[in-house]
Amino acid sequence: MAIVFGTQEWADAMKQAIAKSQPYKEAAKNWEGDMYIIVEPDASYKHKNIIYIDLWHGECREALAVKDEAAKNPKYRIFGPFTAMKAILDKRVDPVQSMMTGKIKVKGDMAQIMRMPRSAVALVNCMTEFETAFPE
Amino acid sequence: MWYFIVPQIVFGEDALTRLAELSGKSAFIVTDKIISGLGLIDKVKEQLALAGMECQVFDEVEPDPCLQTVKKGSSLMERHRPDWVVAVGGGSVMDAAKAMRLEYERPDMKAEEINPFITGLGLGAKAKLVCVPTTSGTGSEATFAVVLTDTADQRKLSLINREILPDIAIVDPACAASMPPGITAETGMDALTHAVEGFTCTWKNDFSDGLCLKAIQLVFEYLPKVVKDGGDMAARERMHNAATIAGIGFGNSLAALAHAMGHSLGGVFHTPHGKAVGLFLPYTVEYLGDAREAQWAEIVRFLGMDLPGGKRASAVLATAIRGLAREINEPLSLRDLGIPQDKLAAAMPKLMDNVMADGTLIVSARIPNEEETVKLFNYAYEGKPIDF
Repeated sequence: MAIVFGTQEWADAMKQAIAKSQPYKEAAKNWEGDMYIIVEPDASYKHKNIIYIDLWHGECREALAVKDEAAKNPKYRIFGPFTAMKAILDKRVDPVQSMMTGKIKVKGDMAQIMRMPRSAVALVNCMTEFETAFPE
Repeated sequence: MWYFIVPQIVFGEDALTRLAELSGKSAFIVTDKIISGLGLIDKVKEQLALAGMECQVFDEVEPDPCLQTVKKGSSLMERHRPDWVVAVGGGSVMDAAKAMRLEYERPDMKAEEINPFITGLGLGAKAKLVCVPTTSGTGSEATFAVVLTDTADQRKLSLINREILPDIAIVDPACAASMPPGITAETGMDALTHAVEGFTCTWKNDFSDGLCLKAIQLVFEYLPKVVKDGGDMAARERMHNAATIAGIGFGNSLAALAHAMGHSLGGVFHTPHGKAVGLFLPYTVEYLGDAREAQWAEIVRFLGMDLPGGKRASAVLATAIRGLAREINEPLSLRDLGIPQDKLAAAMPKLMDNVMADGTLIVSARIPNEEETVKLFNYAYEGKPIDF
């Protein structure tokens, strides 16, 4: 059953998917840093959804659905319009290509991200381990 | 959405004369000591003089250029304020020149900060970049990739950004004519690896596929000829073209696992790039196996090879690649390369970390975990076909 993006239930599912992922554990064993995943409104979607995940050496220490972007001050922010984010969650486009074409933006320590490209891919794979729905 | 980008390509006999058509006041030539001693730089300067340009030569690029060399070159550029940067050399020279041009144009940035997610670099405002390859393999003249060495961390940095693509690539076979057989062979294996990986990585696309296939065909046909007889200028020209075609092909898709392993090995043992990636290529073809079986079969068909019923195309292609390597005296194993087994074992944690950190790994159609990565290196040491 699809879980609605932006809810605490989705954040919990993400945390569980990370906990179960051996590829993520291995790829992100040196990763230190929390992040926001932000879906921004666009022509086909009126909501703004924010998920906060605290990632530390292959583990997800905390996952929260956040209403106010100022609630946390994460090291990284991955954000983009609904259509682009949904295409990634639907596995229709490659997340790194989305970033390279500017469809999805990343803010944070780029040097660390570039040093651990496999962890980014493994993280996105965790997001697509379960079916996501978006609120009407 | 994806992009297909390519510099202006000027190819064939006398392509170097394109330099005389450039418009500007000064050029900064980036090269290395070997090229500098061969007389080619004088020809480059002659052409630039015809264009009315003053030239400054920086010939201190070393194999596997490090960040300090880039800084030295960009500081000199800043002093001479060129409006053209002309890279004359192999992959190391061209990559260093790309990074120097970036630092010259963007003094607020360091080369190691190049990443694929930055847009609006604004390159070309101060200087445009011409690449004149003198080897036939790297394809750097047609790509937006830069490989530099972080000597402190014993690791190669694979840096990409679309905006660092050269403006012009001059693919003149005469510029590669003095390559000795060994360099011709190892750089040729680099071209083959680009083409095979560009055709089979997960970012492969309709625009790059045909280029990769053509480059594979050219390498198989002409590399043995030009290694055997360096004076065979017809074969030399086709191989020179093959390298750039492969560069355009994989530059618009990406390289994959053989490159991740090759970069890793080069960072630790300083193995020449083409030798390293070419050595790993047949092992990675076997490792990817079923994940790209249709593509292996397509390559085998395109090369006009037999694919007997029941035989896996990956095995046929890996055998053909090993046959080519044998014919041109390239190593088939890490043992052939002269790496002592105890040193390989001692370096394994670093080799594995380097592979895991390599940007090309993410587009491999099958991504090895740590245990498999160690096995890949060990099989490549023994020269044993991959069976896992």
